[in-house]
Parts: sequence; structure tokens; C-alpha cells
Amino acid sequence: MSPVTPAVTVYVPGDSAARSVGADEVAAAVLRAGARVGQPIHLVRNGTRGMLWLEPLVEVVTPEGRIGYGPVEVADVDGLVDAGLFSGGEHPARVGVVDDLPWMVSQDRLTFARVGVVDPLSAEDFLANGGLRGLRRALEMSPDEVVEEVTASGLRGRGGAGFPAGVKWKTVLGCDEALKFVCCNADEGDSGTFADRMVMEGDPFLLIEGMAIAAHAVGATEGFVYIRSEYPAAIATMRAAIEIAAWHGWLGDGILGTPLKFSLQVRVGGGAYICGEETSMLESLEGKRGEVRAKPPIPAIHGLFGQPTLVNNVLTLTSVPAILGDGAAAFQRLGVERSRGTQVFQLGGNIRRGGVVEKAFGVTLGELVEHYGGGTRSGRPVRAVQVGGPLGAYVPPTDFGLRMDYEEFQAAGAMVGHGGVVVFDDTVDMAAQARFAMEFCAAESCGKCTPCRIGSTRGVEVIDRITAGENPDENLALLEDLCEVMTDGSLCAMGGLTPLPVRSALAHFAGDFLEPRIQPRRPLPLSTAPRQETA
Amino acid sequence: MTTTEPQPGRTVAEVVTDTVAAMAGQRGALLPILHAIQETLGCVPREAVPVLAERLNLSRADVHGVVSFYHDFRSEPAGRTTVKICRAEACQAVGSGQLVDHVRDRYGMELGETRSDGALTVDQVFCLGNCALGPTVQVGARLHGRVDPARLSDLIDSALAS
Repeated sequence: MSPVTPAVTVYVPGDSAARSVGADEVAAAVLRAGARVGQPIHLVRNGTRGMLWLEPLVEVVTPEGRIGYGPVEVADVDGLVDAGLFSGGEHPARVGVVDDLPWMVSQDRLTFARVGVVDPLSAEDFLANGGLRGLRRALEMSPDEVVEEVTASGLRGRGGAGFPAGVKWKTVLGCDEALKFVCCNADEGDSGTFADRMVMEGDPFLLIEGMAIAAHAVGATEGFVYIRSEYPAAIATMRAAIEIAAWHGWLGDGILGTPLKFSLQVRVGGGAYICGEETSMLESLEGKRGEVRAKPPIPAIHGLFGQPTLVNNVLTLTSVPAILGDGAAAFQRLGVERSRGTQVFQLGGNIRRGGVVEKAFGVTLGELVEHYGGGTRSGRPVRAVQVGGPLGAYVPPTDFGLRMDYEEFQAAGAMVGHGGVVVFDDTVDMAAQARFAMEFCAAESCGKCTPCRIGSTRGVEVIDRITAGENPDENLALLEDLCEVMTDGSLCAMGGLTPLPVRSALAHFAGDFLEPRIQPRRPLPLSTAPRQETA
Repeated sequence: MTTTEPQPGRTVAEVVTDTVAAMAGQRGALLPILHAIQETLGCVPREAVPVLAERLNLSRADVHGVVSFYHDFRSEPAGRTTVKICRAEACQAVGSGQLVDHVRDRYGMELGETRSDGALTVDQVFCLGNCALGPTVQVGARLHGRVDPARLSDLIDSALAS
């Protein structure tokens, strides 16, 4: 009788992106193949490493380290196993030790340090890999000291606006009310952004830790994570993680044996993009239409149910544990000018190597698109890159020298936003993209202010007239006028920033408006979502 | 938190009343209640609105305003198979427009439409968070990346056949 074969640990991501290209089927095939050759397997469904072009990326633990194979299809699995998958054997799909890949080594992974590495819902993995270091240190400090640490780090809101986090925290701390809230904005609706989803699916305890630190710092007792309904896996993972965290005493009454009391729950959005705007999100959390509120009063003073409320994006709150754990100075040393620390850049669209690049601010757009991204997936030349979501500018390759820095992008008429980078090749019709920006605004406007609600519809119409060749000069002037009104007169960033992609398309690709590239264009109806009639 | 179990023969009013009773204690309960009702009934029917208004001490206009604001809430159940095509920029950059055309040409359906036999609903969505592996399509609860027209047909046809 042969001795018992020790189990080999195999990682197959359970992240939504990996599952969208067959990770579940690959995981099942690996288990079947293990049974076939008599190899016991300890299967871990980790988050993704963020090298999405390699998904499904199968990793095997060997004495050398975690050896990766990708992309793996179900049909490859038996061949891989016969080539020695379980001992890290050679195969064309073998990429080597994942931690040593240049793509990984050259990144500055603070927020994403554990994503893809650990079992997302294993409290043991979390603690073994630096979990709670930040919260433990914060709890030894007074709220004032924690706020000071966050301020000194230079952390700015990662959701897009880049507002200094310390200022917001200090404002909430300064309010005397007994009931205060911490709300995490996880309504990640911007196209080209997926880092919030990945961190919630891949390291949910990190967000809980960040929110508990925030609660201690500002004196909040209740928290909400507002997650968009389009992210069912993130919702399920966060809910499970909150239960586990409460069981371990990381949430609830007397957190980690201190007097800190903080309860947390997940709320699910309703498919409205505008609820990513902080005041609209608060309305939605109150059970109302997600209409934007006029500011002031600011949510820090008069927020959820009229109480002082700290609203931060997922990536802001998940940056906090590292700041408290390693000290503000370590974070502050990274970055350039007034953009400190790291940003989680997300490479998407027509890109060869799409995924997550967490890098200190100051990396150029060209490095991200060409060095990390490897250019387009189609192999054609890059024509435009939209940075910062649907409200971000289209940047031509001639501006690839721009450094990722809030102010440098703003000066160039663009924005860093949430760090999404969407690549288009030379087949793109930029007039159609500008039209889409207006169409999207019309479909997703909350309807409260006129420049956004009506302006966006007029914007679609006037762009259609321009591309149809009707009085182009007059209509271009009208479009410019409309963009000015929307920029200056809208209540929030939705209407205020929709002109950004439109104007950038006009500035860099004016020819597309006057000599349409694709004829005929088939316009889609403005809103195809089912709408109910008035009661 | 308990949600109501679907029971055959319960009226809309009974489902709404039970759901409210189970969930009204939480802050800002209307959205979670609407999600739970839709989970149970497949939609938020018009006749649910006055019951919700009464139970939650809101006006009918308030409740209707909320239900009609959010794209997620439907007044009639969706088809047995729902297909959502991402039409946001990252998926456009890799050809999601072809998928929209394909659904129109091959299935004769516009986005937002439910087939008359109730078998299929096709809708648009703006971003499913799979922007590096687009075009992305959601069939039922399942996400699919790098979908081309042929694969979309396979997905729809096999969902319709099952």
C-alpha cells in the first residue's frame, strides 16, 4: 500500500471576472483530474490577482512559490495535469512564480496586497497576512490622532473627486451628535472601473477594517456599505464577511476588547447610476428616490437622516488600514505633488493585458496603456483613451506623457477620477462616443436640475444634427454653449462633467463630427429601460 | 432579517403586508422591502403601491416615485430568461454594439423588450464591472465575458431550451 499522498493547494479565482471566462468549470475540472490521478487537492477560490488577460489563472503551491498557469480552459486541464501541474511542471501556459512576474513586482500594492493572495472569507488568512494591524494601532490612538494620521498621509477621496479625506473626517469628528454614520460608497457604476468590486470580492475584511477605523475616528456607531445591484457576488461576499467579522468581535459592541461600538450592514442599490453621487446615495439609503441634494449643507454635518455622516469610496476606506498600519509617512512618501499614495488603476476596453495596476501617483498614462496594458487587444493602433469613467475626458496618444496626478490631468482638461482607463483602437467613431456621453446622461440623470435633465437630451439632438451635416458651424457653437451651461449650471458632477468627454472628443477628433466615420449610424432610443406610467 | 417565502395563493397585498412586517424595523426600509417583494413576486406590481403606502405611512405618490425611479424595479415580471448586454464604453470598445445589432437581427428584439410568450427579456445595462474582459453579457444570474455574436446566440438558445 502506498503512503498517503499529501494534498496540494490549488488556487482558482472565484472573482466574477474570472468566473465570466470559465473559472468555475476549470475549478471543477481540476478536482476531477486530481481524483483521476489520485492527487488530493486543497482547492482555494481566491480573488483575482488582477491579471485579467490570464484568467482563469490557476496557481499551484510548490516549494518554489505559487506557480501560475493561464489562461486555462477546461479542455487544457487534463493535459496540464499530465504535464505535472500539481508539482509546477512545464507547460506552454505556465507563467512562473506569480509573485515574481515583472507585472506584479513593479506595482505598489497596498490596498490590493491581499487580493488574489488569500481566501477572501478566511479570517485566518486575513490575520496571517497583516489584517487588523491598522485597526489595532488606531484603537491605541485617540480619534483626533487617527484623523491627524489620515490628514498627514495626504489621502484624497478615491471615488473621483479627490477631496482630502482628513478634512472630511475632521468635520464629522467635530460634530457633537450622538448618532453618526459611516457610509461606504460602493456604487461603482463608472464604465472601466472594477477595483471596488474586486476588493470587496477578494479582501472584504479590509473594507470592514477601514470602516471600523473610520468609525473610531469620527465617533460613528452605525455604518452602511451601499453596493450596486449589478454586483451580486460582492454583495454576498460582503454580507458573509460582516457576519464572520461580528463573530470574531471585529464589529459590534466592544470591538477587539475596546469600548468601540460599530455595526455594519450592506444595502443594495436599484440600478441607478446617479446613486454613486454621495448625496443621491444618502437619499437612496433613506429609502427615497436617488435625487441629488443641494450642498450645503454638506453630508459631513447633515448627512444620512440628517445626522453627521462620513461618506467615502471603497478605495478610500481600504487605503486607511495601510496608512494606520505603516504610518502616514510611508503612504505620503509615495506619489507626486498633491496626489499622494497609490491609485488602483484599472485597464479595460480594447486592451491586450487588462486588469488592475496599483501604482503610486505619477505613473504616466502611456506607461499604463503601453507598458502594462500592451496596447490594444485588436492589435490596431490606440486612438483614444477615456480616463476616469463615462464623465472623463478622451485623451489621444499624443498626451500619453501625462502623469497620473489630479492637478496635472485637470490642467489638461481631463480627470483621473476613480482610475479607470478605457482604451479604444482606431476604428472608434468619436462623434458616436460624444453622443453616447449625452445619451448616458439623459438615461441616468436624476432629473432634479434642468441643465442635466434637458441639456443631455438636447445634446444628443444637436450632435445628431452636426453629424448629419445640418448647419455644422452653428450647431457646433450651440453644442459648445450647451456644454458651458451644463458645466456651470448643473447641481452635481453628472451634468457638470458630461461635457468633459464631449468637449475632449471635439478638441482632439473634430473631424469625426464633420465627416462621420460610420454610415449610416443607427441611433438607439434614449432610454430603453421599462418605465412606469404615472399613477 | 427574514424575507417572506413565496407561497402559492397569497395575494399581492398579503405578500406586501408580510414583507413590510418582517422588514419595516430597519432604517430607510423601502428599498430593501421593494427588493424583497420583487424577489418574491418577480416584480413590484402596481397594486402593491397603495398597500406599501398605507403600511409605511407614506403617500402613494412617494412610493410610486421611488418604484419608478430605479431601473431595477419592474411592474411586470421579466421573461423566464433575462439577457443583459453591457452597453458602457469599455464594452463598446470591443464591439458590444454588434451584440445589440445581433439581438435585433436574429431575435427581432429591441433592448428593454420581453418576448410575447414570456420566454425572453433582453435589456441593456451600463457596466457589470468586467471591463477588461468585455463584451460582457449577463444571462440570468451568470456573467459571461468576451462574448461575440455567435456565443451570444449559444447562450440565449441554450437558456431558452432549458
